[in-house]
Amino acid sequence: MKIHEYQARGLLSSFGIPVPPGDMIEKASDAAAAYAKIAQAIGKPDALAVVKAQVHAGGRGKAGFVKLVRSAKEAEEASKFMLSNRMVSPQTPPEGLEVTKLLVASGADIADRKGGGKEEFYLAITTDRKTRRNVMIASREGGVEIETIAHERPDAIIKTFIHPVAGLQPNQARTVAFNLGFRGKQVAQAVQIMLNLAKLYVAKDCTLAEINPLVITPPTTEHPDGQVIAIDAKFNFDDNGLFRHADLQAMADPAEENPAEVKAHEFGLSYIALDGKIGCLVNGAGLAMATMDIIKLHGGEPANFLDVGGSASEQAVTEAFKIILSDKSVKGVLVNIFGGIMKCDIIAQGIINAAKQVGFTVPLVVRLEGTNVDAGRKLLEAARKDIPTMQPATDLTDAAKKVCAAVG
Amino acid sequence: MAILVDANTKVICQGITGAYGAQHTKGCLHYGTKLVGGVTPGKGGTKDANDLPIWDTVAQAVKATSATATMIFVPPVGAGDAVLEAMEAGIKLICCITEGVPVQDMIKVRAMIDERNAAALAAGRLDDVVTLVGPNCPGVITPGPKTGAGDSAKSTYTNNGCKIGIMPGYIHTHISEAKRGKAVGIVSRSGTLTYEAVWQTSALGLAQSTCVGIGGDPVRGVNHIDCIRLFAADPNTHGILMIGEIGGTDEIEAAKFIAEQRRSGKLTKPVAAFIAGRTAPPGRRMGHAGAIIGGADDTADAKIKALQEAGVEVALSPADMGKAMAKAMGI
Repeated sequence: MKIHEYQARGLLSSFGIPVPPGDMIEKASDAAAAYAKIAQAIGKPDALAVVKAQVHAGGRGKAGFVKLVRSAKEAEEASKFMLSNRMVSPQTPPEGLEVTKLLVASGADIADRKGGGKEEFYLAITTDRKTRRNVMIASREGGVEIETIAHERPDAIIKTFIHPVAGLQPNQARTVAFNLGFRGKQVAQAVQIMLNLAKLYVAKDCTLAEINPLVITPPTTEHPDGQVIAIDAKFNFDDNGLFRHADLQAMADPAEENPAEVKAHEFGLSYIALDGKIGCLVNGAGLAMATMDIIKLHGGEPANFLDVGGSASEQAVTEAFKIILSDKSVKGVLVNIFGGIMKCDIIAQGIINAAKQVGFTVPLVVRLEGTNVDAGRKLLEAARKDIPTMQPATDLTDAAKKVCAAVG
Repeated sequence: MAILVDANTKVICQGITGAYGAQHTKGCLHYGTKLVGGVTPGKGGTKDANDLPIWDTVAQAVKATSATATMIFVPPVGAGDAVLEAMEAGIKLICCITEGVPVQDMIKVRAMIDERNAAALAAGRLDDVVTLVGPNCPGVITPGPKTGAGDSAKSTYTNNGCKIGIMPGYIHTHISEAKRGKAVGIVSRSGTLTYEAVWQTSALGLAQSTCVGIGGDPVRGVNHIDCIRLFAADPNTHGILMIGEIGGTDEIEAAKFIAEQRRSGKLTKPVAAFIAGRTAPPGRRMGHAGAIIGGADDTADAKIKALQEAGVEVALSPADMGKAMAKAMGI
């Protein structure tokens, strides 16, 4: 699940991590007020602010959907443009995306770094599978891809492992802050941000909580050491933890997800659309991946990953077929079931229902094994005259060969 | 012998009155597992559909039955806690079948299990070491010879095997019924892919000593390495088949471990492997929470290469898992 920048800012704020002032707006007429608020907070009538379209697709800047503004009028004009035009970028569909939400935020100034560059840092928390611990990753080189730094200069990255029960300790955060080069009053601010980010990470079941860049603002009379604030953030969440976060669930934007994947999710199916011609319906994630692999080995290309799971009902199986067949590039379907919890007769009945409700115009190859396999095969044998494009397969290779041959 | 479980293992089911718990309690009972009761808080003192006693707490169940293993079907919200309850009650083998347990819960659970095991080992109390299998796994099975239809508690499929989990029992083969007279140990991150491997090895005349589904989650109990070590030491395991997938670096670690054990002479048995997800696109979670390609070591190709370099016979097609095992065993 992806969340928008304004939502990420909201999350940071609610955990006491400072972000530049700003608001999310849905009407261009609210832009002037949003700008005025920023100008007041900064204490400059012509404060630099930025208006950003809240869509997940990249390429916003080039498409004209990120604009720097210096007055209420400019903020309103930029907002009008973004809310009344579809955003087209290399990452959007050709017809573009409708923009319904904008972020109007202060364009934060960043202090110059001694020796060149700006005071930009990278700070993130993720889970390290190998040590089975959450780990904080920090670097003095913010604002760029952390993967690049990790690859080119691993020394520039500080990793701090977090105790599973006790959490990140102030002394750990302090050590990192000093090693990153924070000084004076910046240290306490950076430490608090690290401790709060670690709390947020666990409290919201994140798999990634990343602030990039974390910056120091230029010194002022009020803040002679500047202020440490988060400019941009990215969050990934553990799907398994979503059940205990109604607030995060509400942040999901169905308009921004693949409709087939959303539909599949409603029925407890795990579906990912791919580029090939052969639709797959499999039980179990490992077997589903292996089925994609064997299709490719025999010269075909899978059109999707679809795991019906262990406990799908007949109805869910029928829906799974509808989702697969709604992809117009699908020229053949391979069903590969090894029943454990899943019973083969449920799958067979799902196939028969799908045939009645949507019909199979494309070749269908079915390989069943496992729990209630005899009952399942009997049901399908009896239905063969109604589903003329169906053929049974004896094993995995046979199934892959048959469906690849049928699709051509 | 086999690993982890055998015909004498006494098993309880946590979440025995839930739909899945009830269904698979019956399945295990009919297979021939010594399933001696279950736990559902608030339903203590009643009986389940199979006339098995139900307790409110695991501690009560252990006291009454001397069970040493548990099969957990508790929903995700309480699954981690159910694991810890079993550990506190003295259960030695905890199979957590539940799918969808939050990663942050498992981080805490694993830390508490590891802490307890470290203390037990330091004090030389080897019997107190707790083994967690899963979550999000099919469980563990040590097959027995077929003795009955497997459709009731009176006519169990075997009277000398143990199935803890959701795998279909009938596809497994006991060594006494295997044409080749040899048994393989199977360890896998995927449920249905394990069934496929069992099916293929059975079809080639091989038996299975024990099959362990370690689960598809990023933070879990036993790993490939733990099972390979157990299989290496088990006299009735003649070959080892490991099934991995994209995501994480466990298979790479396993490859290093195998190479090391080979050099030191501790591992002399043939090893075969299959890695699922060669065609999976990076950055997308393929069903399993753990199956997502992040770094270079996460890919199927990197894992296959590491295993091949460790002298493991790697099947490139999922249809050839059995053949690769047979080839490695010289059959």
